[in-house]
Amino acid sequence: MTSHPFDDPSLKKRHRKARRFRSMTRLSIAMTMGFLLFFLFDMARTAYPALWQAYIQVDVNYTEASARFTSMAVAKEDRSLVSRAWLRTIPKRVEADPSLMGTTRTQWLLADGQVDQYMKGHHHTLKPGEAARVDALREQGKLTLDWNTHFLTQGDSKLPEFAGIWSAIVGSVLTLIVTMALAFPLGVATAVYLEEFARDNRFTRFVEVNINNLAAIPSILFGLLGLSVFINLFGLPRSSALVGGMTLALMTLPIIIVSSRAALRSVPASIRQAGYGLGLTRQDIVKDHVLPVAMPGILTGSIIGMAQAIGETAPLIIVGMIAFIPDAPGSFTEAATVLPAQVFTWAGMPERAFVEKTAAGIMVILFVLVTLNAAAIYLRKKYEIKW
Amino acid sequence: MFQTDTRPKTLFRKENLTVAALFLASTLSIVTTIGILFSILFQAIEFFQLESFWTFITGTEWYVGHNKSVFGAVPIFAGTFMITAIALIVAIPVGLGNAIYLSEYASKKARNTLKPVLEILAGIPTVVYGFFAALTVAPAIVALFELFGIEAAYNSALACGVVMGVMIVPVITSLSDDVLRAVPSSQRNASLALGMTHGETIRHIILPTAVPGIISASLLGFSKAIGETMIVVMAAGMRPNLTWNPLEDMTTVTVRIVDSLVGDHAFDSPHTLSAFALGLVLFVITLVLNMISLVQIRKFKKKYQINSL
Repeated sequence: MTSHPFDDPSLKKRHRKARRFRSMTRLSIAMTMGFLLFFLFDMARTAYPALWQAYIQVDVNYTEASARFTSMAVAKEDRSLVSRAWLRTIPKRVEADPSLMGTTRTQWLLADGQVDQYMKGHHHTLKPGEAARVDALREQGKLTLDWNTHFLTQGDSKLPEFAGIWSAIVGSVLTLIVTMALAFPLGVATAVYLEEFARDNRFTRFVEVNINNLAAIPSILFGLLGLSVFINLFGLPRSSALVGGMTLALMTLPIIIVSSRAALRSVPASIRQAGYGLGLTRQDIVKDHVLPVAMPGILTGSIIGMAQAIGETAPLIIVGMIAFIPDAPGSFTEAATVLPAQVFTWAGMPERAFVEKTAAGIMVILFVLVTLNAAAIYLRKKYEIKW
Repeated sequence: MFQTDTRPKTLFRKENLTVAALFLASTLSIVTTIGILFSILFQAIEFFQLESFWTFITGTEWYVGHNKSVFGAVPIFAGTFMITAIALIVAIPVGLGNAIYLSEYASKKARNTLKPVLEILAGIPTVVYGFFAALTVAPAIVALFELFGIEAAYNSALACGVVMGVMIVPVITSLSDDVLRAVPSSQRNASLALGMTHGETIRHIILPTAVPGIISASLLGFSKAIGETMIVVMAAGMRPNLTWNPLEDMTTVTVRIVDSLVGDHAFDSPHTLSAFALGLVLFVITLVLNMISLVQIRKFKKKYQINSL
């Protein structure tokens, strides 16, 4: 039997080895994707109960005494089942609507966090008597699980049933306004300088090395900078959106610079040459012709930078943005917290009920991030110019 | 006939002003770096005036009390490197495998769907990973080792390290993918023309060529892991613990920094200042790693005359 001149007896084995190698890389990508799926599923499953909240129907007495000692507003046997945090809002409610005073109303109010946990089948600390009463009230239709409407509208609270994410959302928005107001113009200016005006000299290269390095410095060190320079040296208010935003701006800067430079570089030289041919100054060419063409790319990069700033936690903890903020901050200098810092605070709470709140907060962050990234991809696709 | 420029001189003076303003903006990155270095350095020097530098570098006991404190940072460094090492053991093979798949095997369609998904993974905030590590991974690891009758801590280095590894997988994947795709196709074609299988071409030609780039990607992952804060703050221990056992709790540089700056300590107390001494160590190590990483990738680009990276 004559063999083919190119026949290699080991070929089969070598091909098998190549296939094994390929399946190993496939395995690794499958593991990565599998992790992401499992992770998202795990978060969504943990967050799901936070969509619901226990409400209880009781008679509320609006009297002088109950405005002062709020627990007296409801009958004794219901006291431990009603949310103390809700009862504390009675004086405010009477103030808002004085006609309430001296009346007794049958109302649906927030149930206590433990009742909520009991009804969801989680770990709870209700006494057997209370649990029996919860079951009885549920039979009568006076206790029910309904949409959790205040998670997105309330601020933080030490009581899980009353804790919401609104003040963290406001804090995040304020912080991001400061961040982008600083990082966007400065980042684009730096990129324009480096791409359009700077000569290739030692200084320019030093700036480039610095930008590359800043992008890789651990975020917590920016927090140390914020603490010693912005707070201790400049005397800016601790925990404020201003300081947090300034710290994040320094971190976002390299991302905006790098993506803006790439966008500027992709503008063809012919546009600039046409401008020179018509006798425009360099400033006019950049302002009226190069920047507008590069803008979609710059915006895409800025949105990605913003998405990263939204999730950043460590430097903000260092500048004190983990304060307890029950009411949404009204200005840039008030104490504020941000979404990830709120998640961090809740994750450290001992009550089991905060676990679902934490996961729900995480779902809010992930939703914002996915929306922003989708917007960036959409911008890139829509305005991408092929030269 | 040439026409002389009759436009007013102010036009060009204005341009000079603009350029000056742009130049000023570009110096901010230098100012920031110097700012970070100095804000850490000054307080670190203050710390070393109060406490011995030698003890800090070589001491194996870290204890903060009301009257007496000992600042020996070796257990903290050891914890940091243990968690980082676990993270890299997870992240380098998986990240490299992903990169090989994406650059060599994936169809264009698969690539276009997998890339955005990896971007999502890269965009997940670390506080979320921290919660996941503490809530899901750590109890799973405890349960797993219980099956073998081994006791693991709920804030074990292993749980942190694994989750941190997942966090840096996208970093290593995307950089290695860029590097592998930048390997000149002449190398690949030559190998295939000589009758090597695809797998052999990757292993014997493409990977060795891309080694500097892969080293660069791994170093960047390393530096990211060392500086990572939220995962370890939420899932690692607080106690400086010098041990080789990854199932025990350990603490890291970043955990100690957060711990000593959050809370009510006088700003000039050794406890608070120790954060800056640790910060200085972190700064120097990550700076060195980043620089080596930059040099490696530059070497790779120069050798094969690649401009796209």
